[in-house]
Amino acid sequence: MLTIKNLRVAINNKEILRGINLEVKPGEVHAIMGPNGTGKSTLASVIAGRDIYDILGGEVLFNGKNLLDLPVEERAAEGIFLGFQYPVEIPGVSMTNFMRTALNEQRKYRGLDPMPANEFLAKMEEKKKMLEIQAKLTNRSVNEGFSGGEKKKNEIFQMAMLEPKLAILDETDSGLDIDALKIVANGVNMLRRPDNAFVVITHYQRLLDYIVPDIVHVLFDGKIVRSGTKELALELEEKGYEWIKAGLAQ
Amino acid sequence: MEEIAMLNIKDAITEHYHLNLDSIGKVDNPRIAGLRKEAFETFRLLGFPDTKVEKWRNSDLSRVLDRSYTFRVEPEPQNTNARDLFRCEVPGFDTTSVTVLNGWYLNGGKLLTTYDNGLVIGSLRAAFTAFPDLVEKHYGRYADFKSNGLAALNTALAMDGVFIYVPDNVVVEKPVQMVSLINMKEDSMIQLRNLVILGKNSKLTLVQCDDSIDDHRSFINTVSEFYIGENSHLDHYKLQNKNDHSTLINGSWFMIERNANLSSNGISLNGGFIRNESYARLNGSGSHADLLGLYLMDRNQHIDNQVFVDHAVPDCTSNESFKGILDDHASGVFNGHILVRKDAQRTNAYQNNKNILISDKAVIDTKPFLEIYADDVKCSHGATVGQLDAEAMFYLRSRGISFENSRMLLMYAFAADIVNKISIDELRNRIDDLVKKRLRGELSICDQCVLHCNAQEQRVAFNIDMSRI
Ligand SMILES: Nc1ncnc2c1ncn2[C@@H]1O[C@H](COP(=O)(O)OP(=O)(O)OP(=O)(O)O)[C@@H](O)[C@H]1O
Ligand SMILES: [Mg+2]
Repeated sequence: MLTIKNLRVAINNKEILRGINLEVKPGEVHAIMGPNGTGKSTLASVIAGRDIYDILGGEVLFNGKNLLDLPVEERAAEGIFLGFQYPVEIPGVSMTNFMRTALNEQRKYRGLDPMPANEFLAKMEEKKKMLEIQAKLTNRSVNEGFSGGEKKKNEIFQMAMLEPKLAILDETDSGLDIDALKIVANGVNMLRRPDNAFVVITHYQRLLDYIVPDIVHVLFDGKIVRSGTKELALELEEKGYEWIKAGLAQ
Repeated sequence: MEEIAMLNIKDAITEHYHLNLDSIGKVDNPRIAGLRKEAFETFRLLGFPDTKVEKWRNSDLSRVLDRSYTFRVEPEPQNTNARDLFRCEVPGFDTTSVTVLNGWYLNGGKLLTTYDNGLVIGSLRAAFTAFPDLVEKHYGRYADFKSNGLAALNTALAMDGVFIYVPDNVVVEKPVQMVSLINMKEDSMIQLRNLVILGKNSKLTLVQCDDSIDDHRSFINTVSEFYIGENSHLDHYKLQNKNDHSTLINGSWFMIERNANLSSNGISLNGGFIRNESYARLNGSGSHADLLGLYLMDRNQHIDNQVFVDHAVPDCTSNESFKGILDDHASGVFNGHILVRKDAQRTNAYQNNKNILISDKAVIDTKPFLEIYADDVKCSHGATVGQLDAEAMFYLRSRGISFENSRMLLMYAFAADIVNKISIDELRNRIDDLVKKRLRGELSICDQCVLHCNAQEQRVAFNIDMSRI
């Protein structure tokens, strides 16, 4: 589904991603862990299409299409979803409008008619319920004045509405209380299907108790230095990143 | 009618004044005649403001004064049917509508109408004769031309405009809509003069539209004087949708008495060169002024908003908020000045101007300014100039919303602040629609009226439904 080959990315002449290789297949859940500032969010943003980076080399294929050639919105319509580490507040744009516009533009891209209003509203209700999101929240402007946890929940809500093929969740767990974490994880699990995939970026092994990954990667200094099963996350939790560094030094 | 080919427009105006003073001042009483003379001398002295004048530093009138304009001193034929030219209807918005064509009040020959509740609407020129006391008390009392060449020019040459009188204790339910149209066969310069008087405990909603229905160059210099008596409320809207060859100078002077309330909201959608000057004098304690504005300019359009709020007495409040989006080579100026006089204790004044520049060729010069002589006051001011938020753009696009529509959503959200303050639902919805159309590049002045036109409105196939649910 997603194939990244030797991706090298710089910002302000500083190379952040220094040769990333990653293969995500339908039905899989991948976890990416790694110390602060190693390029996890950068990788997620590059896949989603943020244009502030210089792509120095490599390729990103998504279902055979060269993602790097597509504008942001087309990547989304192709089925890429990014759950932001820091969701953006957009005063004056209502959640409902935002979601309806997004959903219908994606449908248009796929040659579908706009979703009828009642169907859309019913879908909103269903997803809100699933994620235990307060009714009021969707009447407000996008993320405006949302608490940290509400913002993260809202990312998952949007994912649930848009039903992407590949969702990259960048630290969606940070800022969530225990209950919210369970709800969010449960939401993700309910959306799992054989034909979609998830990449979850996290600092905490705890999330992976709820969303059980098939593969765990360690991103370090712009490279994936270790990949393994979910036990790798446990080992990291126990030994810290010094352990990875020591391994690299050898 | 005379055509004056002018190398020097000031000389041409001087000649026009001397040649036609008899017809221009035909119905003047001695005070107004004197005022005219004084104003003309002032104009002779000051001339048109150039960019050496501080408040005109970034608004260069010379770009529209280098050509000839026609003046006219005879009224429009009263049999001209404004409805034939143009219709202005907002679904569900029932108004009393009056038209000013090329500076002349037009109403099938009926120059003054007195309604059952005592409300008077009509031609200012006719009011000079019919309501001498009111005219004596208010005309020329607020629009200070001593240091304002354009106000002086208007006072010297103006012949007609709209006169509105709301007697004490009258609440005018139906909004009054005043449409100023230019439809000339030549490029023309027009001096339009309005006088609006609200007695005590009264209420009026006034919608002032400026439109062009031809494609000629025009220079329209308007002076409007508003008197808002004790405990009264004026809800004032200004809608500007002019062709790119038009120059619109719009000076509004508001005199606000004790416990009176002004809410003025100016929406500028199109225009070649627009200069709005608003002077609000809070003249009685407990009075309040809201001065709001939205401007959406592109191409080579120029917009200039000058707002002067004069806190003359204690315990008044004012709130100024102007927002603008400029694209292409458009340029803008905002000059906000709050004066708090020595005795105006417990003043509360707020001022803000926010701008978005879409292209790197667009410019805005914004200057909020506070001048405070009292010590017990709460004042704040601020100005911002920015681009559309790149993070917000990425966020919207990352959900599948196209670049264009994301841009639209953000611009619309920015503008909505001001539009949402329009208190009449029907008018707000209509303007909301116009703003969307304007932002989508689908509003032309062919829409004829900023509110509506006689052409069937095309249903715009929004793939964005921006209506609030
Ligand atoms: N706009 C920018 N300009 C300069 N440097 C940047 C910019 N954006 C990111 N960086 C740098 O790129 C590096 C990688 O940042 P990134 O956000 O990808 O890290 P991360 O792995 O997601 O970290 P965290 O765990 O703290 O979220 C950091 O050193 C960061 O400072
Ligand atoms: Mg990060």
